[in-house]
Amino acid sequence: MSSVIDILDLSTEEIEELISVACDIIENPDKYAEKCKRKKLATLFFEPSTRTRLSFEAAMYELGGNVIGFSAANNSSAAKGESVSDTVRTVSCYADIIAMRHPKEGAPLVASMATDIPIINAGDGGHNHPTQTLADLLTIYREKGSFENLTVGLCGDLKFGRTVHSLINALSRYSGIKFVLISPEELKLPDYVTNNVIIKNNIPYEVTTDLIASMPKLDILYMTRVQRERFFNEQDYIRLKDSYILTPDKLSEAKADLSIMHPLPRVNEISVAVDKDPRACYFKQVLNGKYIRMALILKLLGVE
Amino acid sequence: MVIDSINNGIVIDHITSGKSMTLYKFLNLDKLTCSVAIIKNAPSSKNGKKDIIKIDELIDIDVDVLGYLDPGVSVNTIKDGKIVSKFNPELPERLVDVIKCKNPRCISQDEQELTHIFKLTDREKRIYRCIYCESKAK
Repeated sequence: MSSVIDILDLSTEEIEELISVACDIIENPDKYAEKCKRKKLATLFFEPSTRTRLSFEAAMYELGGNVIGFSAANNSSAAKGESVSDTVRTVSCYADIIAMRHPKEGAPLVASMATDIPIINAGDGGHNHPTQTLADLLTIYREKGSFENLTVGLCGDLKFGRTVHSLINALSRYSGIKFVLISPEELKLPDYVTNNVIIKNNIPYEVTTDLIASMPKLDILYMTRVQRERFFNEQDYIRLKDSYILTPDKLSEAKADLSIMHPLPRVNEISVAVDKDPRACYFKQVLNGKYIRMALILKLLGVE
Repeated sequence: MVIDSINNGIVIDHITSGKSMTLYKFLNLDKLTCSVAIIKNAPSSKNGKKDIIKIDELIDIDVDVLGYLDPGVSVNTIKDGKIVSKFNPELPERLVDVIKCKNPRCISQDEQELTHIFKLTDREKRIYRCIYCESKAK
């Protein structure tokens, strides 16, 4: 493992190893407090992000390392027209590892081809976001104890939601998984994900527009935001953004041990009233995201 | 119609009728200084009609281009008036700088001098995807 661009760059064994390290970090944080002393993480965020960038930075600080970088393209040489490859070659002279977010799909892959230091894809447009998936997987593992025999409902924007595509890719490698794909017609899961991942792996799935009817069968409900920035047309966004809003009454038929997940930020797709429900896991996901990023940084830097 | 036979060169035979100009363009044959003959709608026992390209020089042909654009062709190498090799290009695993990604959100639209690479993801359906954004080749 030299870079992580796509969740499928990681074998199930590597994912399980990362989860094991993350769990050890949670149990023994002091043991890891100086593991990355004198190492530098560069956070190259060509697109704004609060959660992911701060999560990477917090992860590196908790490992005793340092952080350099920028948080928007207009603060970087990209504003002057510099290519991704040149930016990365330059930053590689200063940093030991790079976490990159970029609005263009495939930019982190281009970066990984331009340098020998590890690149972590921190989100490339609507394409991949492997560390969010790792955070999701750590959360599922901590909530359910395994990745097998789970019925996973994915709700909201399944078309542009990169976290959904990555999670489907990751969970499709485990046995006993079933997917319930809940979305408006306009935001259905793309055919290439359905065909090349779900059908190819012989995974049972159903496609529905009905969130409430699906609820009783779910072990995990993964809600997503209908993202304004993924639409070319503002009117389409306004028409669809409120399609699926989770409220306490919609949970009345849900299992007692349902795990409600969301990659955040939410707009209004989960009512704040649901936050008090013990089944709500989305803020645990944020914390798990930091731990799994710590594990990933250690792994990519070859720190034992 | 009579076209002189060639002594040393390449004959691309069994081109799907009407595709010869596309192959001519993608193989950059316009850059050659030797004689190049394009024969359109020649009789074919297999398909009724076919195109043929004859190149009067031994050049390196990009077989990936042929395999992608028209996998039924055969490439004959002629030396001293005789066919010394004949092969049928297969659908290539990767296409390098043959086609470009059309996805406006793909980094390949912006990045300077980036190599355009597509990989074969479904041989049966002949589907290629951009390695950067995974969009289907159109």
